[in-house]
Parts: sequence; C-alpha cells; structure tokens
Amino acid sequence: MVPEEQINVSRLSKLYESYGYMRFKMSKFEEYDTYVKNKSFLTSDNVITFTDTTGKLMALKPDVTLSIVKNSKDDIGFAQKVYYNENVYRVSGESRSFREILQSGLECIGKVGRYEISEVLKLAVDSLGLLADDYVLDISHLGIISAALDGCKVGADVKKELLTYFGSKNICGAEEVLEREKVDATNGERVLKLMTCNGGIAETLPLLKSISDQTMAPFVEELEEILSVLPDKNVRIDFSVINDMRYYNGIVFQGFVKEVPKSVLFGGQYDLLLKGMRRNSNAIGFAIYLDELKEKDDVGPDVDVLVLFSDDSSIKKVSDTVDTLRKKGKKVAAQKEIPTGLRYGEIIRV
Amino acid sequence: MLNIALPKGRLGEKVYGMFAAAGYECPSVLENSRKLIFENEEKGVRYFWVKPSDVAIYVERGAADIGVAGKDILLEYEPDVYELLDMKTGICRMAVAAPKDFHDNKRKTLKVATKFTNIAADYYAKQGRDIDIIHLNGSIEIAPILHLSDVIVDIVETGKTLKENDLEVVETVAPISARLIANKSSYKFNVKAVEEMVKSLRKIVEEKA
Repeated sequence: MVPEEQINVSRLSKLYESYGYMRFKMSKFEEYDTYVKNKSFLTSDNVITFTDTTGKLMALKPDVTLSIVKNSKDDIGFAQKVYYNENVYRVSGESRSFREILQSGLECIGKVGRYEISEVLKLAVDSLGLLADDYVLDISHLGIISAALDGCKVGADVKKELLTYFGSKNICGAEEVLEREKVDATNGERVLKLMTCNGGIAETLPLLKSISDQTMAPFVEELEEILSVLPDKNVRIDFSVINDMRYYNGIVFQGFVKEVPKSVLFGGQYDLLLKGMRRNSNAIGFAIYLDELKEKDDVGPDVDVLVLFSDDSSIKKVSDTVDTLRKKGKKVAAQKEIPTGLRYGEIIRV
Repeated sequence: MLNIALPKGRLGEKVYGMFAAAGYECPSVLENSRKLIFENEEKGVRYFWVKPSDVAIYVERGAADIGVAGKDILLEYEPDVYELLDMKTGICRMAVAAPKDFHDNKRKTLKVATKFTNIAADYYAKQGRDIDIIHLNGSIEIAPILHLSDVIVDIVETGKTLKENDLEVVETVAPISARLIANKSSYKFNVKAVEEMVKSLRKIVEEKA
C-alpha cells in the first residue's frame, strides 16, 4: 500500500464505521468453486488458481462480493452491513497480465429497503468526497431502462444491443436499431429521450417524470424518494450506467473523480445474483478502486536538509546537527557525498 | 479547455473542417508545420493530431476529452468511451472479400486474414463458423492470392484495390463512419461544453446530409 492509499483506506473505514458497518476480513484465497458458478459476475474470466495441501483447487480472490454473500445469513429481518479493504487479483489493462488491485467497499445484505439503499448511496457520495474535491456520482435505475425497453416489444438480443447503446450514449446507433426493428414512434421516442435524460437531480427528475408511462412510474417514484436524501450537488442521474442485468437490478451507480479517466466507484443492487444462489435476501453494495486514483505528483524535495560531513567530522557533532533539525520537523539525510539524483532543500556542512 | 484528438490524414482534415464550421476553429491547425498541438484559447479547444488508430486510446485514458475515431477502431478495440455522434464522414464498410472464383466450402475451417482480428472473430462466431485467423498488419489483399488465407476481412471504400487484385466483396460485416467519442469521466466534469459541441456538430452533419 502506498501512503496515500493507506490514508484513503483509514478515512473510508472511519466513515463506514460511523454508519454502523462492520469490518469484514477475509482470507486471500477462496475455493475456486465459488467463482465457477458465477463466472460472468466477475469482471474478468481469469483467476489465479492453485491446489492446496488437501488437493482442493483454490483461487486468489478476484472479487470480494461473492465471498461476502457466501458468508452472509439468509432469511433475516435485518440488514447485514459490512465493509472491507482487500486486495483482489485480476487481469487488467492492455498488458493482459494479473495485477493486485486494492479495493475498498461495502455490502448491505438481508432485508434491504429504500432507507438502506439511500444510506448506501449517501455513503458512496461521502466516500468520493473523502477522495477528491471534485467528484460526481452518476445514478441510474435499471427498472426504468427495462420498462422503456419492454415497451419496444423487441427480442432479448435487440434489447441487449440497445442496452450497449445506452452505455455508450450512442443515440445514432439506437435510432438505427429502433428504425430497423420498426418500433412504434411513442416507445422509440421514449427510449431516445431516456438516453439523453441526464443531469442534476432537480433538473432531471421532472424531465424523467414527463416521459414516464405506467410501467416506468413506480420505479421513477422509488428513485425520487431515494434521491430525496442526497445532495443535489455532485449527484447526477445518468442512464448510461448499466451494470450487467443478469445480476443487477434497480438502482445502479458509478462514481467519477476529476482527473481520473475511469470510474473509481462502482455499485448497485444485486438481488438477482442472490436469487441465482437460491437466496431470498436483497443486497446493495459498492466497491472503490483505490489504485485508479492518481498518486499526487510529489514536487517537493526528497529531504529538506542534506547534512554533509567528512571522515574528520566528529560523529557527535553530526548526530546533534541531525537531531536538532529533525526536532524542527525536517527530513534530514546525513551523507559524506551528495547522492546522485537526490532532491534536497538546503545543504549544511559539518 | 477541451482537448480534442484528431486522426492524422485526410479524414482528420475533413473532420477539423466540421469542427471549424461548428464554431471551434483554430486556423493554425491547417498550416503546414510539424507542430502536433494547436490551441484556440478563446474557443476553449486544443487540437492535436495522432495516428488514427490511437485516437481511442488517447480518449479512453483521458489524455483527450474528445476525439474522432473510425467505427472500425471502436468495433475492434471496444474502448470504454461514449460514442456521441455519427459524423457521417469517412464512410466505408467492413467487408469480407475473396478471389472472384471463391467457393465457400462450409466443411472446412475458413482461413481469414485481417488487421481486425476481434471484428472477424466476432462476426464468424455469431454464425457459428470455425475459422483460423491470421493477423496481418497491411497489404491484406495479397493473402488470398498467395493462398495464405481463403478470405480477408478489411475496410472497403471504393473497392478499387480489391478489383485490381482480382478480389470482390462477398459479405458486408458492418458499415463504418467517423464517430465523435468522449472520455466518460471528463464528460461528467465538462457536460455543458461537450453537449454544446455535440449539438453544434450535429447541426453541421445534418446540413451536409
């Protein structure tokens, strides 16, 4: 962990604990079986595997959510609130090689209602606020998108095609599909309007209401109530946030931080994942990719003072000089010669 | 200030013309110099020329906020960017081409030579066809002539090169044109400026059509 990551992790932990979330500590590996059954839930197919002493196939965990779900109780009347700071092992980037990625996040599993959802969203906003001064949380509702697509009365593959166009804000592409599939004007228009419907809560909600029909209305109402506890600043409604609909449903969201080109926070309700695991609980959570955050360019010197001494110097004198400077809060390096490449503030010769 | 990555070459000059017509001119761009970066502070734009196939990388990684890339690049590399507008220029198509006397023997594995391995793999996977992909970096047309491959998957604009090499289009894979793309994160922090630019450019595209 680089120092900056450490600071971020401890700030985030404090925030989550203040909302009653418990730290969930887990082992670095998990039985490979856990991932095979839900392979498509993982962001990448590749998992580092090895055989343990009993001959069981194990994996270095590529994902945290599945482990937490596995260890959560089902059929309970309350919500289990946990947070984590863990390394995951994934193939990422163009190099297509495995990387260790530090993830912080939280999960809320069990009886999850509107309050819990709004609390998680609030935590997502506050998390971003701890990481940067300028940030945005984009929120979308898969129920609303689904309802709009259902209205088009097209096959599952066409829906999938339209969904990718939602994700890339590709209106031209969507127009072509709607025309090709001969979707009627009202429903087609609604899809296109939904795609462009994005912005702050206050300006976007009325627009959303104006295009919603009977099937969309209950979801819009839900979204409105949940968003009512969030600040209007830094929060946007944007339907280009589309998580995998095989696992996610309802509210999904992504967080962006200025100067970082990719989203750093990723989350949503994943009731369908639990359903697939034959569980009755509901769940919502998010993860923050701390390694995506740029380390701030360190422009200052490596040491404040370079104390130069020679073989003839008294070590007592050198030691005293270093200590006095250190007590003043300076970073001090004592050397006989100026080390190559060292950036220093001032030189004191003893 | 919006950073805009333009594809070096004829297409880029055409596209710059559209940006200029939309009110984002920066006259020094077209001067014949070796400079690669051009700025018009007043209009809030900074243009730079990059290799066409690299535009998507600049935009995906946030070095450019906006860029213009061919649909072929977007299909091949699937960069994580917003595709905001079809510029309706640089129009051509991705196609399967084969020698004039080509007979497709469906019992055999089809050998496909291409620069666009992902597009080709995806296209044939959808048909359930078993293929052997041969990745080439250029002069693709020569592959079937020398029996390196049965067919090629490549960009076809006029079909002149194909004709001169006794090849012809057998199937169209996808229509291609230049697209306006945007970095997802920077979009969030420049919504107004980007949306405005898209709107002005859309007008120019529609006027041209």
